[in-house]
Amino acid sequence: MTIDELTRTTGEWLRGVGNMSDVVVSSRIRLARNLADRPFLSTADGTERTEIYRILADAITSAPINGDAILVDMQEADPVDRELLVERHLISRQHAEGKGSRGVSFTSDETRAMMLNEEDHLRIQGLRCGLELEALWRDVNTLDDTLAERIAFAFDKRLGFLTACPTNVGTGIRVSVMLHLPALRLTKEIERVARAARDMHLAVRGMHGEGTEAIGDFYQLSNQTTLGKTEEQVIDAFSKAIIPKIVEYERTARDSLSSEGTAGVDDKIWRAYGTLANARSISSEETQTLLSPIRMGIHMGRFSLIDIPVLNELLLHTQPAHLQKLHGKTIDENERDFLRADYLRKRFAALS
Amino acid sequence: MSLLCERCQQAKATVHITDTIPKKRERHLCEDCAEKEGVIIKQPHPTSNEILQQFLKHKTGLGTIEDMTCSRCGMTFREFQTKGQLGCPHDYEAFEKVLMPLIERAHEGSTQHIGKVPATAGETIRKQSGLMRLRRELQDAVEQEDYEVAARVRDQIQTLESG
Repeated sequence: MTIDELTRTTGEWLRGVGNMSDVVVSSRIRLARNLADRPFLSTADGTERTEIYRILADAITSAPINGDAILVDMQEADPVDRELLVERHLISRQHAEGKGSRGVSFTSDETRAMMLNEEDHLRIQGLRCGLELEALWRDVNTLDDTLAERIAFAFDKRLGFLTACPTNVGTGIRVSVMLHLPALRLTKEIERVARAARDMHLAVRGMHGEGTEAIGDFYQLSNQTTLGKTEEQVIDAFSKAIIPKIVEYERTARDSLSSEGTAGVDDKIWRAYGTLANARSISSEETQTLLSPIRMGIHMGRFSLIDIPVLNELLLHTQPAHLQKLHGKTIDENERDFLRADYLRKRFAALS
Repeated sequence: MSLLCERCQQAKATVHITDTIPKKRERHLCEDCAEKEGVIIKQPHPTSNEILQQFLKHKTGLGTIEDMTCSRCGMTFREFQTKGQLGCPHDYEAFEKVLMPLIERAHEGSTQHIGKVPATAGETIRKQSGLMRLRRELQDAVEQEDYEVAARVRDQIQTLESG
C-alpha cells in the first residue's frame, strides 16, 4: 500500500456507518507511551531522537498483529502527503508540521495508526466510524500489550504510564468522539451542551482537535482526566452515558426543527445545495459549512439527491491535500478554490 | 468619593455591616474602629515575601522552585513551566513536590493510577494495581446495588490477597 492509494477511498472515519451514525461520525482511542530510560522528546537531541525512532520502528514492524501496516518516515514524506494524513485523521497537525526524526505507521483500512516521536515517543491510535469504543479498545489494548512485550514503557506504580505532559499521565488514554450537531447549533442549544460537557471534565473541540473551530458543525468530545480512572471507566462514561445523551438531544432538536414547519429547514438545505452546485470559487471551509445542512437533510429524510457515502467523499476530496492529489500536482490556495468549485459542480451536475 | 468611618469620621470605611438587632441598620466603619467595637479581629499581615519564603522552605528545603533540576536530563522546573513538557520520566520524581499538586488539579483530585499495568512492570505492582482496581469496582457495584457483581469482585479480591 502507498499513501496515493488512500485517495481512492474516504477513509475509515468517514465511512458513514456504525452505531448512532446519524450523529456520531467517528470514535477514536489513543494511548500515549514512552520508552523507559530514554529522555522525552523535549530534551532528546538529534541522535537520541533517531535512536528512539529506530527502537519503535523495529518493534512495530516486527509486531505480528499489525496487519498490512506501512511505516512512513515523516522527514521523507512530501508536504502534500503529510497534509493528506492529517485530513484522514491518521496524524495530528502538530506531527505533520513537526521537525526531526518522526513517522507514522498505519494499516490500509486506517483503523490502526501509530505516531512515532510526536509529543510522546509513541501514540497508539484506533479509529472507527460510528460509536464503536469497545471494539476500538480491544484493538488498541492488544496492540499495546504486544508492543509492551518488545519494549519497556516508562511506568510508575503510583502515576502509571509516564508522559511528556503531566496532563496525560496515568492511563495515557484519550477517548475522542466526533459528533455532527447541526440541529443543536440551529436551536442555539449547543452552548448549553458544550458547557455541560466541560463541567464533566471533557474537552470540546473542532474537527481537527486542539485549538480548532467547529467547522461544519463537527464537534469532538474527549476526556481530559487520565489518572484515577481505569480505561474501561473512561470508555463506559462515553459509550453508556455521555454520547447516547447528546445523540438524544440532537435527534430531539432535529425533530423540533421539523415540527416547526419544514420550510425553514428545507430553505437551509437547498440554499446550501444551490451554492455548492453553482459556485465558481469556493473555499474548503465554506464547503464544509455548506455540506453540514445537507448531511442533516439526508438524515432527516429531506434531501435525497446524494447519500451519505457520496457526501463524505465530497467532504474529504475537497480538502486541500486531497484536491491536490486528485489533480496530481501542487496547486496554490487561490487556484484550489476554483478547482474545488469545478469539482463540486461536476459532481452535482452528474446527479441530475 | 469613598465613605468615611461613621465612628471616627477620619479614616476610610472599609467594614460594612448590617445589624439586624435591635433593628435593621447599615453601619460603615474603618478597620480600627471595627476592631474596637469587636466587629473584626485584626491579625498581623505577613508580607507576601514571607509567605513565599515559607512556601519555598516547606516545599523544597533549598533554593527556589524554579531552580530545581533533574539529575538525569538536566531540565529545570523553570524550563518545564516554559515548555509545558517534562524532560524525562525521572522528572516526575525530581519535581515530585511541586508537580503532584499540579497533577492532582489536572486529574479531578486523583494522584493514583488504577488503570492498566504493562506486562513488563513486574508481578508485585500488577497485583497491587489489580487489587486497587477491584476494590474500586467493588465500591461501584455496592453503590449501584449490584450484589451479584459485588460478590464476584469480593471473591477475586480474596483470591488475589491470599495468593
